[in-house]
Amino acid sequence: MANPSAVCNGHLHHQKQNNLLKSGTSKKNGITKGIKKNGVSNGSLSKKAFIEHFEQAPMYVAVLTFVGFGVGTIFGYLRDFMRAWGLEKRNVATEREQQKDFVPLYQDFENFYTRNLYMRIRDNWNRPICSVPGPQFDLMERVTDDYNWTFRFTGRTIKNVINMGSYNYLGFAETDADALKTVAKELQKYGTGICSTRQEMGNLDKHVELEKLVARFLGVEDAMVFGMGFATNSMNIPALVGKGCLILSDELNHTSLVLGARLSGATIRIFKHNNIQSLESLLRDAIIYGQPRSRRAWRKIIILVEGIYSMEGSIVRLPEIVSLKRKYKAYLYLDEAHSIGAVGATGRGVVEYFGMNPDDVDVLMGTFTKSFGAAGGYIAGKKDLVDFLRTHSHSAVYATSMCPPVAEQIIRAMKCLMGLDGTTQGLQRVQKLGKNTRYFRRRLHEMGFIIYGNDDSPVVPLLLFMPGKIGAFARRMLEKNIGVVVVGFPATPITESRARFCVSAAHTREMLDTVLNALDELGDFLQLKYSRYSKSAHPELYEETRFELED
Amino acid sequence: SFQEKEELIEEWQPEPLVPPVSKDHPALNYNIVSGPPTHKITVNGKECINFASFNFLGLLDNEKVKNAAQASLKKYGVGTCGPRGFYGTFDVHLELEERLAKFMRTEEAIIYSYGFATIASAIPAYSKRGDIVFVDEAACFAIQKGLQASRSNIKLFKHNDMTHLERLLKEQETEDQKNPRKARVTRRFIVVEGLYMNTGDICPLPELIKLKYKYKVRIFLEESLSFGVLGEHGRGITEHFGVNIDDIDLISANMENSLASIGGFCCGRSFVIDHQRLNSLKCFNTLVLVSVLFNLRLQKCKAGTRSEDCLFYLDVFQTLQEKCKRIHRALQGISGLKVVGESFSPALHLQLEESRGSRESDVKLLKRVVDYCMNNGIALTQARYLEKEEKCLPPPSIRVVITVEQTEQELDKAASLIKEAAQSLLN
Repeated sequence: MANPSAVCNGHLHHQKQNNLLKSGTSKKNGITKGIKKNGVSNGSLSKKAFIEHFEQAPMYVAVLTFVGFGVGTIFGYLRDFMRAWGLEKRNVATEREQQKDFVPLYQDFENFYTRNLYMRIRDNWNRPICSVPGPQFDLMERVTDDYNWTFRFTGRTIKNVINMGSYNYLGFAETDADALKTVAKELQKYGTGICSTRQEMGNLDKHVELEKLVARFLGVEDAMVFGMGFATNSMNIPALVGKGCLILSDELNHTSLVLGARLSGATIRIFKHNNIQSLESLLRDAIIYGQPRSRRAWRKIIILVEGIYSMEGSIVRLPEIVSLKRKYKAYLYLDEAHSIGAVGATGRGVVEYFGMNPDDVDVLMGTFTKSFGAAGGYIAGKKDLVDFLRTHSHSAVYATSMCPPVAEQIIRAMKCLMGLDGTTQGLQRVQKLGKNTRYFRRRLHEMGFIIYGNDDSPVVPLLLFMPGKIGAFARRMLEKNIGVVVVGFPATPITESRARFCVSAAHTREMLDTVLNALDELGDFLQLKYSRYSKSAHPELYEETRFELED
Repeated sequence: SFQEKEELIEEWQPEPLVPPVSKDHPALNYNIVSGPPTHKITVNGKECINFASFNFLGLLDNEKVKNAAQASLKKYGVGTCGPRGFYGTFDVHLELEERLAKFMRTEEAIIYSYGFATIASAIPAYSKRGDIVFVDEAACFAIQKGLQASRSNIKLFKHNDMTHLERLLKEQETEDQKNPRKARVTRRFIVVEGLYMNTGDICPLPELIKLKYKYKVRIFLEESLSFGVLGEHGRGITEHFGVNIDDIDLISANMENSLASIGGFCCGRSFVIDHQRLNSLKCFNTLVLVSVLFNLRLQKCKAGTRSEDCLFYLDVFQTLQEKCKRIHRALQGISGLKVVGESFSPALHLQLEESRGSRESDVKLLKRVVDYCMNNGIALTQARYLEKEEKCLPPPSIRVVITVEQTEQELDKAASLIKEAAQSLLN
């Protein structure tokens, strides 16, 4: 349970122990361990320990972060003032002469943050590359003459930068001619576009093949694929729920889920991230009190969660949520954008990771962009559900279907994962990813960085906290030939800026070691090793991966 | 009390997650196309001439296009594994944006990975709660979703009716005078399509521009069907009317129709487009790469050169328009069906002259016409809509799409077949 406010400055607060023990988790120094109780009715005991870390920073760090932002804001106001009075050059594009008396298109204040804080470190994002986004790529060198307002390409490329930013979990983003043989063939046969929607003339035999394969892979009755991952959520949630329904969505859900929920017109209530108590109390209140003004019963209640949360690296507590949903008769929509292919013994996602039955989840959704190196999304579940979506989904009626070479790439990746192509390459990739993840996380813990998230998730956020360090970190890593991704406000809370690493099965041990050594140096130089629990503390916690339940 | 609460929880029964769908729902069983949906298409096992895919310029099958795509496949793989901001921007994306901007003669362009998402994310990036948008009744579903996501006030005006629009604008003006402070911060937009997908006709752009300057509203133009079709060089409706492109604030188009690929783009002045780079919802997504490279070749030749490198010659737009006019003429006078759309529009609708009572029965009747044509070698489709979700549902119709690859004999054959079907089934 992510509840850092219970721990403050390293002191353990014992008053919360009672509540926590009831639900089967124990909290120690900001590290949560979940002891799985036998709450799943199909009788299986999951013996895995659920270790998630959400350590809070020491107090001085929080203070310095606020100071940093304060300084940035003051300078921002100063700069704006100077710009308004003509003392400083305006670099932003301006409105046309003929349209100067129109209502202004942008409010000045909306862009305050963008103009003054984001602009300073803008060179760390949107970096163009010119090769396949595999474990290493070639970056185009960019310089700026006017402090990040405009960029200029020098024409040189920085070769073989280690890629710790792309979502290439299983390493399928490759250009090996042998591997892409079938894709090239389909490209030659089908061309690159479809020019029609699914319900009109855009349903190819390739789509039918792909859908059958997806259903088989996930172990469900039927599946439907869509052209774009983001759009899968925003176009299908409105088809499933409408007015008079209730959506319970996690605090940290992705924009696509939020947009889909908003477009549907249903009432949305938010529960704290991965917090089962919060969800249960919301469910009870919803059923007991009904709709807000009319007190009528809700038509349906849907819980929206993700498999792995991309900014936190935490994994959803699926067994508890499934038991809650059974008890209160709600429906569960699981978005496995990052977790499909990345967790689970054979790469089938969080459902397999927890050893559960795919029938427990009503709507399984995922995208092919991350682990499969292609593009698009799918929704899978019972046949009734998929039939309904075929007739009522916005995407099926108005949006073009997936293009054939992309479908072929997914088919070959899935066949490889399932072992249908005759090799064990798929399984090897999944295991390699697991090994890489655990190694990476263990070493980072040992070095003393604050890492968020579950021990098994390949998304590794490393906390930086202070705004100044965001820019410094990314630039220095690039100097060492390592490409990282840094995120700040508004994607994360304002004080918790972080660098996010995506471990891939294609990374070799040497690459990971290079990155770790660079991080070690940089951590000392930039003073990033905030964790109070480095090498010496609690080594036994990392060794224990099995729990025998006493009852 | 606790007991009562437990009872309430026990008693509550939700609706089933999805209502059951009847087996013969018209949209349930899709046509299965085996092989590429090009000029000659195999639908449900029958070989037909394709009159249903929006492949206007015949680029789906072009060899040069495929070769360029193969080259990019070898270099970049299939997907980009990340959004634009996190190492998902490739040099080819940037090149494509430059070329599109140059071709359309605007300052900047930005590309999206999905056609539907292009306009549906561009509108909410500019128009927020409290702003006012005047939109045509026949706007396509993507625009409607964009407007819904933006939470602005929507005012519909009758299709292509400039007097109605002017009346609405005047009403808005009198409202503004009552509350000048608020008026100074509410932005106003007009959203129109170049060539309407639902009705096949074009918007009167010069009059719209006059209204724009008179009432100080900004224009967003959606050119999904008209890009690559109208105008001497295929630049769309602005070229068709000879209007200065800077007068339009934002042009958005999807590349899935005439360019036979995936994705969409927005172009306009830097002042307008730059905002989308950070603020647009769906730009932050992966872009499919394979289709991008060959788009570049397209743009190279669309710039007007007649080199060997070129995919087609400039008179292709003329040819397309002539074919459209031909079939438009040929389809006139069919008893029972009327042609809806301009004579030079490559996407026409055939609607029933008299409705048979309910929408369901109309749909069934049209299906029989479509089946008759498919059995005899012409692939047609009905225009599909989500009946409950559309703001102004168009009547059921058959969609007829004209491409440059269709020969004159095929056009004539299609027209005569439709006449036959109409005569035997509708009388």
